[in-house]
Amino acid sequence: MTKTKLTRQDFTSDQEVRWCPGCGDYAILANMQRVMPELGIPKENIVFVSGIGCASRFPYYMDTYGFHTIHGRAPAVATGLKLSRPELSVWIVTGDGDGLSIGANHLIHLLRRNLDVNVLLFNNRIYGLTKGQYSPTSEVGKITKSTPNGSIDRPIDAVSLALASQATFVARCFDVDAAGLQSLIKAANQHNGTSFIEIYQNCNVFNDKAFAHISDRDVRADKTVWLEAGKPLLFGNNNDKGLVRDANGFSVIDVKSAADLQKVYVHEPRHGDSSYAFQLSQLSYPDFPVPMGILRQVEQPTYENCLQEQVDASIKKNGQGDLQTLLNSGTVWEM
Amino acid sequence: MSDTAIDEKNVNIRFAGDSGDGMQLMGSLFTDSTAISGNDIFNLTDFPAEIRAPAGTIPGVSGYQLRFADHKIQTPGDNTQVLVAMNPAALKANIQNLVSGGILIYNSDSFTARDLKKAKYLENPLETAELLQYRLFGIPMTELTLQAVKNLELTQSAAKKCKNMLALGIIIWLFSKPVKPIEKWIADKFVKQPLSAEANTLALQAGYSYAEVSELFTEQYTVAHANLTHGHYRKVTGNQALALGCVAAAQLANLPLLFSGYPITPASTVLHDLSQYKNYNVKTFQAEDEISAMCATIGAAYGGSLAATITSGPGLDLKSEALGLAIMTELPMVIIVVQRAGPATGMPTKNEQTDLLAALYGRHGESPLPVLAANKPHDCFYSVLEAFRVAIKYMTPVILLSDGYLATGADAWHLPEIKDLPDLAPIFLTKAEDFTPYQRDPISLARPWVKPGTPGLEHRIGGIEKENGSGNISYDPDNHQQMVDLRKNKIDGVLADLPLPEILGKDQGDVLVISWGSTLGAVATAVEQLQTEGAAISAMHLQYLYPLHNGIKFIAKSFKYILIPELNTGQLWKLLRMEFLLDAVPYNKVTGQPFTVTELVAAMRELLAECEKTYDKHQPLR
Repeated sequence: MTKTKLTRQDFTSDQEVRWCPGCGDYAILANMQRVMPELGIPKENIVFVSGIGCASRFPYYMDTYGFHTIHGRAPAVATGLKLSRPELSVWIVTGDGDGLSIGANHLIHLLRRNLDVNVLLFNNRIYGLTKGQYSPTSEVGKITKSTPNGSIDRPIDAVSLALASQATFVARCFDVDAAGLQSLIKAANQHNGTSFIEIYQNCNVFNDKAFAHISDRDVRADKTVWLEAGKPLLFGNNNDKGLVRDANGFSVIDVKSAADLQKVYVHEPRHGDSSYAFQLSQLSYPDFPVPMGILRQVEQPTYENCLQEQVDASIKKNGQGDLQTLLNSGTVWEM
Repeated sequence: MSDTAIDEKNVNIRFAGDSGDGMQLMGSLFTDSTAISGNDIFNLTDFPAEIRAPAGTIPGVSGYQLRFADHKIQTPGDNTQVLVAMNPAALKANIQNLVSGGILIYNSDSFTARDLKKAKYLENPLETAELLQYRLFGIPMTELTLQAVKNLELTQSAAKKCKNMLALGIIIWLFSKPVKPIEKWIADKFVKQPLSAEANTLALQAGYSYAEVSELFTEQYTVAHANLTHGHYRKVTGNQALALGCVAAAQLANLPLLFSGYPITPASTVLHDLSQYKNYNVKTFQAEDEISAMCATIGAAYGGSLAATITSGPGLDLKSEALGLAIMTELPMVIIVVQRAGPATGMPTKNEQTDLLAALYGRHGESPLPVLAANKPHDCFYSVLEAFRVAIKYMTPVILLSDGYLATGADAWHLPEIKDLPDLAPIFLTKAEDFTPYQRDPISLARPWVKPGTPGLEHRIGGIEKENGSGNISYDPDNHQQMVDLRKNKIDGVLADLPLPEILGKDQGDVLVISWGSTLGAVATAVEQLQTEGAAISAMHLQYLYPLHNGIKFIAKSFKYILIPELNTGQLWKLLRMEFLLDAVPYNKVTGQPFTVTELVAAMRELLAECEKTYDKHQPLR
């Protein structure tokens, strides 16, 4: 059944896509369908699991196995699936409301356990499906239907939360950055452990241009820094700015000479100590470029492997369990 | 034997002491020795709710109750004939259940002013009239224990710890039970700690010899062996049986098991047990919360594992939304609910049957699923197999109800032969022309179970209403009507496999008692007692609470009165009235305690007396 070479078309389901015209989700879907054939995974072994929200409609449009679950619970369903079937390639699609509000607890525990699954969190800083209430990532003062006087909760940063949860692969990208997104999807697939990608995604109906101040072509180079392992943290139109790191944290310098370049911190996502990545994650507009790309990538044992090892060790030690022996264990007497 | 309190057909003994006194071990070993000598057994444990309540206080009292008999028994008994109290708190907490003329054996070394104060006794009860109705045997257990082990290199506290074995030795002698099996147990248990083995054995033997030579007791008792069906037996608690049932179901289905749970009293020990059975292809997952445990169960079922989760009432509330997803996606799994006294935190270690309606109706939308209840500790095993049979055949989540009484209570289980257990192997769909995920088996109405990883059958499922057949999202009005009807008809169809609930007694008469769950033992014992007196009373115990067997209403018509005893405020009573317009009399109790046979007999007598009066079917009793 599996063709030797799959194409984008093989990953496109027969379902009509029903996001609003102009939604950032279209771009994410297109990139996913484009990258999937390159991953070399038979499509029957791929499962998309989602929660509730605009983003969570995603599985219906992928011609793989898919499970559209309930609000916030995709990580929990995916955990059961992955423990049951470690060989499957599991992709969780969630949003800022689904993953950081109602389902934040499951997200934290998924990340700390480090199951080998991939999480795509579409962050549009608004509740779209319920038609425009502020979300846990909305900025303070956000005026929405439920906050006519401006929201008063401070927003949560998804990447910081993931790092605090000891996630082993943490990345961020724009919906409009096709090349960046595709590279992250591939890297996430390669990573053995939970891969977390926050995707800044535009909701053109309820929160249009939420990221335009950093994502628009004319400002992106200046307002973001693309992280590459082993490369200095340079940004700006001609890579003419750099991030310097000292005991006080990061600061921005103009890079005009080789000597300046020497001062610029070299990105190392495999830092064992997550405080570096956390410091990066705290860099924010307008004082700093927003880091995009892979903030952290470290190897840790995966939960499903550890569990399987315990099962295997138990079989090795006690032999494959025999049911009659088990039932007859303890004090058995004859009548 | 001359006294009236001890009936050699049937003895009910209770060991009570501080939670550190080893009462559970003592009780469990005595149970083994009675079982090995051929008695039928039923035991209940009574743990303190607090983890480390102060020693010597009433909240710190741990109790173990054993009933052993020369005939088949179904309850742990209403009251105690023999109480072993290791301290004043244990005495105070348990004396009210000791029958008049009963034997009270106490550790006389632990009735100091300090001990009495901790138990909040203003006066020493041994010096007042309140214990005059019992036969008192004060034994200096601490002193005797210290003497027995004095030649060993033991600390004072380690030496004192052996006093449960001394007390056990005394009881073993009193009931003419063999010492050897206990000595063997000690040797096996302490194989790597020879000093502990020796100390415990010495204490045990010292207790036995003391009882034999001290002339404190004027007689020994012998409970003859019971005439039970030939075969191998073991003692099993309800929770142990649930865990074994899950392992057995996985083996019989030839599937790996994923068992997910979040710690909750009184269900947690099932998760503990299963985590030790990994070599049976069992994976256990302690989730971050009840919702996650339920969702992981759904994920595992979707992945093609045998999937189950366990909880108690508060967890059932939290799982309810995800249960709806399980119903919508029509995946097979079992949700075990070990009920406890509610609402809110309620009384976690106490017993009730108050989650019946929550199990049936505690979800939004039209969301039917099969609900069944276990009725004896060992029945928990078979109930798990039945729950999985239905879950797999009908592709549905199934709720299995147990409760705190079954969870920690133990009875003698006539062990089955594996070959006699049902084959639960599912059929996974691996190939199909024109496959759709919601195509249905024409008879069972089940949709196919397709594992992700199956080439060519890629499909999407989810919680949004499905188009019949294709499984595509549908908001079509007629389709929703059809799907709601289909899901209900599928679950109602489970009835096709179910026999009419068995009737204990004649199929017509004055009173029919209808019960469910853990009250079976007490109800059946009460009904049998009245039947031997000639009363026209019968009993019917329901295994399935949903769907309900239609035959119930026809059977009920052949009786003048229907009595429904439950440990709630009338949930089955409401259900049967709603489903069958059954005009029944409820008998309810919510004290956190199981029914006693005595109170059930009294309630049944009252109703039987009504039948003696001019009987008018159209005049309800209440």
